[in-house]
Parts: sequence; C-alpha cells; structure tokens
Amino acid sequence: MAIAARKSGDVILELSNISLSFGGVKALTDISFDVREHEIRAIIGPNGAGKSSMLNVINGVYRPQQGAIRFHGEVRTDMNTHDAARYGIARTFQNIALFKGMSVLDNIMTGRNLMMKATFIEQAIYFGRARREEMEHRRRVEQIIDFLEIQHIRKTPVGRLPYGLQKRVELARALAAEPKMLLLDEPMAGMNVEEKQDMCRFVLDTNDQFGTTIVLIEHDMGVVMDISDRVVVLDYGKKIGDGTPEEIRANPAVISAYLGTVH
Amino acid sequence: MQFFLEVLLGGLLSGVMYALVALGYVLIFKASGVFNYAQGAMVFFAALTCVGFSEMGMSLWLAAPLTMLVMVALALATERIVLRPLVNQNEITLFMATIGLTFFIEGLAQLVWGSQVHPLELGIEDVPLQWMLDRTGIAVSQFDLIAALICAILVAALAVLFSKTKIGRALRAVADDHQAAQAVGIPLQYIWAVVWTVAGFVALVAGLLWGSRNGVQFALTFVALKALPVLILGGFTSVPGAIVGGLIIGASEKLAEVYLGPMVGGGIEGWFPYVLALGFLLVRPEGLFGEKIIRRV
Amino acid sequence: MFYREAGQFKTSYDADSQIFPIRQDRIGVALMLAVAFVVVPLVATPYVFSAILIPFLIFALAALGLNILTGYAGQISLGTAAFMAVGAFASYNFVLRIPGIPLLVAFVLGGLCAAAVGILFGLPSLRIRGFYLAASTLATQFFVVWCLTKIPWLTNNSSSGVITAQKLEMFGYAFESPASKYLLVLCIVLVLALAAKNMVRCSIGRSWMAIRDMDVAAEVIGFRPMRTKLTAFAISSFYCGVAGALYAYAYLGTVEPEAYNLDLSFRILFMVMIGGMGSILGSFLGAAFIILLPIFLSQFAHGFGLPNSIASNLEAMVFGALIIFFLIVEPHGLARLWQIGKEKLRLWPFPH
Repeated sequence: MAIAARKSGDVILELSNISLSFGGVKALTDISFDVREHEIRAIIGPNGAGKSSMLNVINGVYRPQQGAIRFHGEVRTDMNTHDAARYGIARTFQNIALFKGMSVLDNIMTGRNLMMKATFIEQAIYFGRARREEMEHRRRVEQIIDFLEIQHIRKTPVGRLPYGLQKRVELARALAAEPKMLLLDEPMAGMNVEEKQDMCRFVLDTNDQFGTTIVLIEHDMGVVMDISDRVVVLDYGKKIGDGTPEEIRANPAVISAYLGTVH
Repeated sequence: MQFFLEVLLGGLLSGVMYALVALGYVLIFKASGVFNYAQGAMVFFAALTCVGFSEMGMSLWLAAPLTMLVMVALALATERIVLRPLVNQNEITLFMATIGLTFFIEGLAQLVWGSQVHPLELGIEDVPLQWMLDRTGIAVSQFDLIAALICAILVAALAVLFSKTKIGRALRAVADDHQAAQAVGIPLQYIWAVVWTVAGFVALVAGLLWGSRNGVQFALTFVALKALPVLILGGFTSVPGAIVGGLIIGASEKLAEVYLGPMVGGGIEGWFPYVLALGFLLVRPEGLFGEKIIRRV
Repeated sequence: MFYREAGQFKTSYDADSQIFPIRQDRIGVALMLAVAFVVVPLVATPYVFSAILIPFLIFALAALGLNILTGYAGQISLGTAAFMAVGAFASYNFVLRIPGIPLLVAFVLGGLCAAAVGILFGLPSLRIRGFYLAASTLATQFFVVWCLTKIPWLTNNSSSGVITAQKLEMFGYAFESPASKYLLVLCIVLVLALAAKNMVRCSIGRSWMAIRDMDVAAEVIGFRPMRTKLTAFAISSFYCGVAGALYAYAYLGTVEPEAYNLDLSFRILFMVMIGGMGSILGSFLGAAFIILLPIFLSQFAHGFGLPNSIASNLEAMVFGALIIFFLIVEPHGLARLWQIGKEKLRLWPFPH
C-alpha cells in the first residue's frame, strides 16, 4: 500500500491536558496528543469513550474546562467553531448532519461560504461579484462532485438519498471548504463492505491528492489498522494508548480494554 | 406600605389564575411535546359552552358536567383528527397545527353560541374579605381568594397525578420519546386523549373563574396570552415552574402597572410580562426549572 | 407534451443557475407579466383593484418577508404585523418631518426602521429557539402597538393614534386611481420578489437554510449563527416594513395602530403556511388564497342568506381546518402542489 510512501510532516495540532465535563459527568480527563501534517490519525475506543467529544473540542463545539490547544501556531485554551472553520478545519458527523431541505449541490456550496465575499446587496441584485463568485465556486464544487462520483444526484434534495450517499455528500461538503485538516466521525458506520471500500478510497485519495491531514474516528479495526498512520486509544475519557497501528496492536492496556475481545 | 401589600396580594392571586391556565399548556407539552396554542381557545370554548347550557335553563351543577363531556369529545376529536396524523412530526409543525385548531375552536364556539358577552354568576361575591380588612386594613377580594384556593387544589391534584400514578409514569414516558413509549406498549392515542381531556378540565375551571369576573366573551382567549410569559419564565415542562412563574408574573405585572404605568402612560400589562420573561430568558435560556440543554452532535 | 425540456442543453453553469431554467417556464412568466401589466389594468374594475389585487400584492410582500424569516431561516415569528406597523408609521413620520422627501425614499427608510426593530427583537433568537422564540415575538407585537398608541409624537399627536397617510405622489405623478396604485405596488413587489429570489439562491440564502436545517453543522462549516439570524430578521423585517407602508399608503389611507394587530400577524403566517414554507412562489399563492377565500365564503353565506357574523365565524373555522389539513397532507403547501403538477406535466401524456 501507499502508506509507507506517504511522509508525515510537522506537528500542526497539539492538545495538552484536555479535560471536559458536563455537570458532574467527566467526558474527557487530561488527554494530550498531537497530529502531524499530512498524516491519518485515528481515534479509537469503546462506545462512550469520549471520541466524539474529542472532535468537538478540536473544532470548538465543546469548550474544555482545562487544557490547551495549539493550532496554526497559536496556543489557546479553547477553540471556537468559526475560528476552526477559518483555520481550515472541516468535519463530518457521526449522525449525518446535512442540510435536509437543500439540494446536494447547495449543501456542497455551503462549504465554500467562507471564500465568498459578495455583500447581500450584491447578491440581491445578482450582478457583478455575486454572480461571478457563484460561477467560480460552482466550478470548484463540480470538481469535488466528480471526485466523489456523485454527479447523477447533484440536484436531488439530500433528504431523499440513501444513507451511504448522504455520508458521501457530507464528505463532499467538508472537502468543498478545502480544509487543511479533516475530522471524520465514523465515516463508515453502518455501511456494507463495498461502501466501506469506496469510502476508504475517498479518504486515502483525499489524503494523497490534497495533502489533507485527517483525524478519523472509526470502529472497524481492519480499516483503522490499514489506513491510519498513528492511533490514539481512549477509554472512559482517558488516553490508554498512542502510537502506530503495530504498537497499538501490541499494547497490553489496549488489548485488555478493547481489542482483547477480537484476538 | 398597605397599598403596596394590597397590590402585591392582588397580583399574586391573579398570578394563581395565570398559573392555572399555564398548567394546561404544561400538561399537554409534557405528555405530547405539543405547545398547544389552542389552550386559550379551549378556555373560551369551555366557558361559553357551560354558560350556553345554563342559559338554556340548566343549573350550573348540570351544565358543568355536561360541558366536561363536550370537552372529552373535543379531546378525542383532536387526538383523532389532528394529533394522530401528525405523530412524529417536528414540534413547530404541531405548534402550527394548534394555531389552526385555535381558529377552528373559536369559530365553532361563536358559531354555536353567538358572539355577544354572556354574564356568568358562580355565586361567589367579588367583595373585599371583611375580617382581613378589619384586622390589617388590606382589601383582598373574597372571590380571588376562593379562586386561588380552587386553583391550588387543582394544581396539587395534578402534581400527584403526574408523579405518583401509573398513568403519570406513562405520560412522562410518552413525553420523553413517542416511539420508545409505543415500543414498550404504552397506548399513545389513549394517553394523548387523557391528557387533552385533563387539559380540557383545567380549561373549564379557568374559563368559569375568569368568565365570572368580566363575563364570558372573546377576550377570554387573551388569557392564554397572559399565560405565555409564565411558561417562558417557568419552563414548558415544569409544574412547579408554572406556579412560581404565574405568581411572579401576576405580582410584577400589577406592581409595574401601578408604580411604573403612570410614568409611561399606562396599559403596560400587555407587554411587560413578556419583556420580564425575555430578560430572564437571556440570562437563563432553560427557564426557572427547565433542564439545561446539552447539544449533542 | 408541450412542457418538455428535452433538447434544452445547458452549456454553462450560468445557464444552469437561471431562476427559470426551462424555456416553457420563461415563456409562461413573460405571459404572466404581460397580463399583469397590460391586460389587468385594461379590464379590471376599481373594486377588483382595491379589494383584491392591491391587498393581494401587499400581503404577498409581507408573506415573502415572513417566509424569509420562518421558511428559509427557520425562525418562527408571530410579530409580522408589528414590523409592518413600524414601516408604515416610520414612513409617515419621514414624509411629515422631512419636507420634500421622495415617497419612495420614505418607504425605504421606513423599511430600514423596521429592519432595525427586527434586529433588536431578533436578538433573543441567539439564545432561545422554537416556542420560546415564538412566544417572545408576541412581545414585539404588543410592545410596538402599545408604543404607537401611547407615544403621541409617533402619530403626530392625533387622538388614539389614527393617522392619515399622505398623498401617494412619486416622480411628480399622483397615484390616485386604483389602477395606478396597483401598477405602483406591482412594480415594487416584483422588484423586491426578484431580489428575494436572488438572495435565496446565493450564499446568504444558503446560510439561512443551513441554520434552519442543522445549526451545529452550519456553525462548523463557518456560518456565524448570530450574523445569519440577524440578517434574516433584518431583511425579513425590511420586507414587512415596506409592505406595511404600502398597506397604509396604497390600501388603507387612514390607519390606526390596531390595524396591525395580532390577527394580521396570524393571517400572514397562514399565507406562508398554506402557500409553502421556503418558497417565493408560495408567498404569492398563499396570499392569493387567503385573500380570495373570505370573499368566496361571504358570497357563499350571502347566497344562503346567512348573516355576516356567521360568515366570519365560518371563515375562522375554515382557515383553522385548512391549516391543519395542509400540515397533515402537504406541509410544503400550495407551492409543492404546483411543483408536483409540473413534474406530472413533464411526462404527460406518456407517463412511461
């Protein structure tokens, strides 16, 4: 596989001592790890281990009570969603979070919103910059549509699409933002083998062709071990392992907490 | 000071009445997740039907149970025709359906009973309570006191119904998740019909109490608008919230009208409670007793 | 058979993004405009102008405004009439206090005042949603009408707040005949409707729908919830404000604050619900429906010799029942039915 050939770069995201709780419930306790440029970083762990919360901290949906986040050469105690988007962090969601009332094309176009500069007055008269921007971004969006092979459904309302395609449209929306870092929350959950293979291919191609850094939550161990460069293991909100897939396979704490049931 | 106490007490007592109307909303919201805008129309409909029956020569003791039967029929019809086809729709859709229901019930009530003002006499005189006036010099309406007492009993009974009985547990289950409740065998339709019937009963009591003060007329539907700030303040799902919210709104509204009103030209009762509730909401979006919402993604 | 798009190929994204991408639609719209601008003024009677056409256009504009807020941005409002009132009374004051101000400018300024009030009362939408917001927009309704009755300056010290709208004069021409008023209103409404259509197909429209459909995802993709909601409130209120001004100047003439009561707010909400949430066309269909239904009902009641009070109660019942009917059967309203009809027509008469 191409993994060996891919080279990971410098650390671009560093989380130190992140703790997050809701009321009295501790979701994350003192977690630190980093993400290097261009790598595929997986987060695994049993249900309720705090994986999604971790992503939510990275792009500012949740604000941790403690800890620091270093991204884009800046150290801060928490992220906010808008800054995260501006810095080039895009994501998909565990339960599909598409805009149900809009067409596939419009959904993907929302990914370009931060690059559109026309004022609402220009948009209202649909002249000059507003129109030019629409066309330019439409062209980019069509490239992504081609890349993910969803040309035939571009004008369909997303609510009518089957689950697998919705997941793909969600990935397209995230890619439309041309992110530096892509957070994928269980992109292959609920898919059959074929759909999983397609999705793996898209993730790897994204990583290869656009050089996008990918942080991935996934339950399918086969997929995780195959495509990721490094893996973080969470259990009950604590980090119990961190390393290459081979190291994780050999880690006794991980085996007893999680993989033990498999082998 | 005496005057202040008098205003305060008067406000608190009318607050109990607001609480009663608000309780109708809370009941239905808790059990079906529907914000029933038609509660005000139901108050009007119940009072008008009861008066209509008594104008036909019945005594109030006969007219009231008969009206209750009509309210049961209304609850059943609402469940069958409006709620059942809309099960599992989002809450805004259900809310809008109840706006439609409001217009329908208001139109129906006036179509059947006419749109003039009907006087209603419950046999409780609206005079200051003598012994209280003698001892403390504070004038408190006897009617208000009795009305408040009736409300208090009703509120207590409903609280017991909700927390202690089997049907109460089923109600709470349905409120949490329609589908899950159905899956464990709770008959959704039956529960909804029960809740709407109870709400109809609350509406009848509220309608009679309010109606006997100013006559039964269309303006009764505005009582519902008074109850909305109570709900905002107390949270849509909380019985104690409705009561405390009602008291706060009742008292502050009267105090504001008396002390603040003259400065700005009076008539601020209409919006002051809303502004108060809104200001509160900005600080605590979940209301007085509501649960904190955690967004999950 | 006649409504086929076969053979119409799009060679640019620009052509693909037209408002009416199908040629037959463009012909239809051109015909409609010709009828509205040429045929109607020639044949309609003054009654038709002032009882049906002018209020239809004005309500369609208000419904369009509410549709932007509720249908597109998902923020439910029960205070539409309040924003209309602000537009009307603000325009009145601009004309009154700034001598020589063109009326059209006064309307725009009135709309901007409504937008400002919209932003102010839209602020709670940042913290609260759903019913709480609906209930709080009622505050707008009561507060604005109260202000107009209690602050004499706003109504030029007239008793109980009744004002008489100034003469409808623009570009040195006095719009006095019903036909001329109709044409003026038609022009304003069409321009604003086109602007609304353009907005909803551009980035700002997508931001509204994104917030409506899934607010967390919208935030994550980079939309700012505050800015998005407040622009929706502002633009929606601007439309309502202009509609309110037209309601005063081109329809009522003499206006009291109570003309903009909760009932009017509900009426416009019904137009949006029956016409179709999130559809520009739906706003027009809904307005036409709600204008025509009472006329039809009162004719009907008249035919049976029923008194007026019965007719008005019947009207309330029919409105209520229709709302429920549409919510159950076709939540996207008349606009969706129209769309379904068109899809059927594409295949007709060979459905396979």
